[in-house]
Amino acid sequence: MSAKPPVPLRRPGLSMEAAVQRRARMAEEMRLAKMTRRLVTPEGAAIQLKLASASERAGAFLIDVAIQWAIVIATLLGLGAIASAMSNGGANFAFAFWMVFFFFVRNFYYIFFEIGQRAATPGKRILGLRVAARDGGRLTANSVLARNFIREIEIGLPFQFALMGGDQFGAWMALFGLLWSGVFLLFPVFNKDKMRVGDLIAGTWVIRAPKAKLMDDITSAAARPETASRFAFTQVQTDAYGIHELHVLEDVLRQSTQEIKAQVAARIRTKIGWTPIVGETDLAFLEAYYAALRRRLEQRMLLGDRKTDKYDSR
Amino acid sequence: MTDLLKSYRFREERQSDWQKLDLILTKAENNGVRNLSDEQMLALPRLYRQAVSSLSVARSISLDQNVINYLESLCTRAYFFVYGARTTLGERMMQFLRRDWPAAVSSSLLATVLSALFFFGGAMLAFFLCLQDMDWFWTFNGHSFFDGRNPDATVEYLRGTIYTDPSDHGDGQLSAFSSFLFNNNAQIALFAFALGFAFGIPTAWLLVYNGVMIGSMYAVFWDKGLGYEFTGWLMIHGVTELSAIVLAGAAGFIIGGAVAFPGGHTRLASARLAGQRAATIAMGCVLMLIIAAILEGFGRQLINSDEIRYAVAGGTLVFWLVYFYVPRKAPSA
Repeated sequence: MSAKPPVPLRRPGLSMEAAVQRRARMAEEMRLAKMTRRLVTPEGAAIQLKLASASERAGAFLIDVAIQWAIVIATLLGLGAIASAMSNGGANFAFAFWMVFFFFVRNFYYIFFEIGQRAATPGKRILGLRVAARDGGRLTANSVLARNFIREIEIGLPFQFALMGGDQFGAWMALFGLLWSGVFLLFPVFNKDKMRVGDLIAGTWVIRAPKAKLMDDITSAAARPETASRFAFTQVQTDAYGIHELHVLEDVLRQSTQEIKAQVAARIRTKIGWTPIVGETDLAFLEAYYAALRRRLEQRMLLGDRKTDKYDSR
Repeated sequence: MTDLLKSYRFREERQSDWQKLDLILTKAENNGVRNLSDEQMLALPRLYRQAVSSLSVARSISLDQNVINYLESLCTRAYFFVYGARTTLGERMMQFLRRDWPAAVSSSLLATVLSALFFFGGAMLAFFLCLQDMDWFWTFNGHSFFDGRNPDATVEYLRGTIYTDPSDHGDGQLSAFSSFLFNNNAQIALFAFALGFAFGIPTAWLLVYNGVMIGSMYAVFWDKGLGYEFTGWLMIHGVTELSAIVLAGAAGFIIGGAVAFPGGHTRLASARLAGQRAATIAMGCVLMLIIAAILEGFGRQLINSDEIRYAVAGGTLVFWLVYFYVPRKAPSA
């Protein structure tokens, strides 16, 4: 969303509840805007990159750790089965192999996947995240190495301090170490780009890159001649709502249940003072109104007039 | 039909191209670039530019959330694909071995010297302190350490630890032992690198600590008149292993230095520039430690002649010095 003209939050005739809701919505939009970064491509077009939140990062990491453990344990069981069939020497060799394998799974699992075309580990893929270079350039192999080798102090160090115990002095040392290394662990929570220490060193960040599906345009249904002629909305009726309500209506039409559509249709009819035509269904009404509203708002937008929401009475 | 919305007509005219691009990207993401046909490769830049311009137009004329979200996601994916890395893993590895790694090491001489000073300084300190008074050994290492290789051990026992009786070992034990050592050392090396972020102070401590362990053990053998033999035992793989630890420390110091003294850059930019170089060195350390583990697990146990041990040690030293520091031709391409 581009910058909006400031709209005063309290307006005469605006109920207390509506004002609170509106303020919450705007705060949410502000929060989302803070997580968005503009990338200008060499063609001069701007792409909005959405940064992954700390909780998404943690979720992806937990998935990856689970996968790593699954790999390590499965290999251990497999090797155990092979080794038990062999001599003592074979068992030792299997153990040697497993140790090296463990090291590589621990340290190179992330590197292997992030060096690839998708720049994401399976955990990140599941959550629709990927690693990208902060300057918008290409993600180099060196960056991937750097950001993952650093993981050792972010995860390994706090873990080691947490397991460290011993006498009283040792326990105090462990506590101090835990606090110190906790700074590294919690680093992503406290900076605006949600970077790990590894991201900072490597010049990377993690962005949201989910695949979106192109769905049918809702107005294509409403544009059929038999519907278009039946629903004729006046300009007053199409000025009743703004862009925010249009988007909510789009979501309702695309993904909500029959009952919700009926409720929404009833509210819109009351608001714009629409008397139902004979045989009109809720769906047909909503689609027709969506088309009319979008036409009106897009027209106004072309003239440089974005009606943000229904309270925006310019 | 004239009654259609402008934004809908806009989308109708272009969506087949968007979907073509989507298909190519999906294919490339799932099966790799190699599986794209020539036509697809040729069409890609045009489709990409078209999608990007569609996005900027759609933002100003369309209020269809779905179209805008779709285009945002499509353009982001296409951007990363078009401007992303195109080299294969094999090519990257070759480039790493031929250029990146030696270049990163040779351009970090100062950090390497600093790291070596900490490590060998720690070793010398422990060595001379222990020679003067063997009680220091216990101070440094505590008890029950090094498999009984301590000042109380007899000369014969210590000599026994240096040479391996060929009939003594099971074939698998060596590999198990060396892989354990590799795991341990490589983790320490990565630690030394990562800890550099805290201004290099923990890295320095880690280097000194490891130096002290080596130095005090050296003193035990030296004291018993086994200095020459022990050097062979240690250096056959130690040249590679100790170099790797020194270089890992150097990688840590590069990062620490960049964070503490960013110079003309911002702290972030400085950390990023140094991080790339340091990570290359750290990756190389892992490779060196693999080689060291092979030398340690097999070479050391199977070669029991001092002369050959010294020859291998000298050979690896020359190899690493030449590999890292002899200037090479600038790449022609």
